[in-house]
Amino acid sequence: MPGTVEIEVKDLSFYYAGNLRALNKINLSVHKRAVTALIGPSGCGKTTLLRCFNRLHDLYPKNRYEGEIMLQDENILSSGTDLINLRSRIGMVFQKPTPFPMSIFDNIAYGLKLKGIKKRSDLSERVEKALRHAALWDEAKDKLNASAYDLSGGQQQRLVIARALAVNPEVLLFDEPTSALDPISAAKIEDLMEMLKKEITIIIVTHNMQQAARISDYTALMYLGELIEFGDTDTIFVNPQNKLTEEYITGRFG
Amino acid sequence: MAIFDEELKALREKVLKLGVMVENAIRDSVSALIERDSELAKEVIKRDHLINALDVGIDEECVRLIALRQPMARDLRFITTTMKITTDLERMGDLAVNIAERAIELNEEPLLKPFVNIPKMAEVAQAMVKDTLDSFVTGCSRLPYEVIKRDDEVDELTVRNFEELLSFMIQDPKIIPLAVKRTYIAKYLERIADHATNIAEMVIYMCKGKIIRHTEIPEE
Repeated sequence: MPGTVEIEVKDLSFYYAGNLRALNKINLSVHKRAVTALIGPSGCGKTTLLRCFNRLHDLYPKNRYEGEIMLQDENILSSGTDLINLRSRIGMVFQKPTPFPMSIFDNIAYGLKLKGIKKRSDLSERVEKALRHAALWDEAKDKLNASAYDLSGGQQQRLVIARALAVNPEVLLFDEPTSALDPISAAKIEDLMEMLKKEITIIIVTHNMQQAARISDYTALMYLGELIEFGDTDTIFVNPQNKLTEEYITGRFG
Repeated sequence: MAIFDEELKALREKVLKLGVMVENAIRDSVSALIERDSELAKEVIKRDHLINALDVGIDEECVRLIALRQPMARDLRFITTTMKITTDLERMGDLAVNIAERAIELNEEPLLKPFVNIPKMAEVAQAMVKDTLDSFVTGCSRLPYEVIKRDDEVDELTVRNFEELLSFMIQDPKIIPLAVKRTYIAKYLERIADHATNIAEMVIYMCKGKIIRHTEIPEE
């Protein structure tokens, strides 16, 4: 098990506008270069927690965080955090693929241009690297100027991952990344995560228990905005210590 | 989920049915020996294929449930335990057949001496089998730990039985063929108790998620 901690969540509470508390004093260590799965029934707060890691909640002004999320030595919840920079360090992949309405090449070049990379040869090199990294190069290399929408759903999802990878993130967040995909495309994304975790830290929200069991090293079970149990995935799925975890993963919940 | 619960219940009942068949086989094979009833011994041998068939049926059902239901946590431990338990039960059935075979052979010869140790061993071994199956059904209790402790008793009786027969054999080498068969029977019973111990260990795993096999003294 990789031992070092990438992100330390300390007493994190989160309130949606109108003071609805969605997370209650979460404490969690996200391990570096490992996959951490967040599981739990709908409305348990797992996606809310995932979105705290790159401050997506800031899109709505009245949302409020309490506590700390330490990324290495820096509290990313502090008011001085540069959100553009944060979101390139901690990228997000959503449930439905979200390619930009432009070519495959430009989808990936977009973020790089924002980072000030302008030279065509540099861009080409970084785009190829990102596409290779996301296991999409062989399928996309002959149609880099085609619209991203010409790709299949699974390919689009890998394009989005390539786009996130292009800016060299330290952490990637996945919000049910395969739930809109067929099993073969989903398996490719899972294989990709297995490769990617050698270099980056991954946090994934999934409703698919088997997926969590297959791909994660650590699993956190959440319920009603609280962290119920966190541990090695092996332990959680073979011998969970908490009754609620047992009920949930054996499908007897509620 | 309700369907899965029904399936698990049905599986548990099949294991119990197998357990009862094996208990009967052990009881009847020992009776056949002590009562010198070769017809009963033949019955035990004839019935063994039913035990084998149920063993296979349970295994197939376990594989089916793993494939279709992808069990987790206590369900997973229950199904993996069931697969191992049935192997032990089926082996016990084979040992009962071995006892029955030796009984038929011995029943054709004059009685060497009254049976003393073997009925005692059979009694303890049968109680162990019964208690392990009870603990499999009732789940987490002291029972499986008790079963594991009783295995020593059977081991001691096996040694005592052998020593007594050895002194007979030294006195009268002509009885060696009969005495050796009796030591075989003690050995079969001793192995039945070992299989019961295996099951008790698996039941503890099923309850606690902790593998205690090959450790010294299991802690409760």
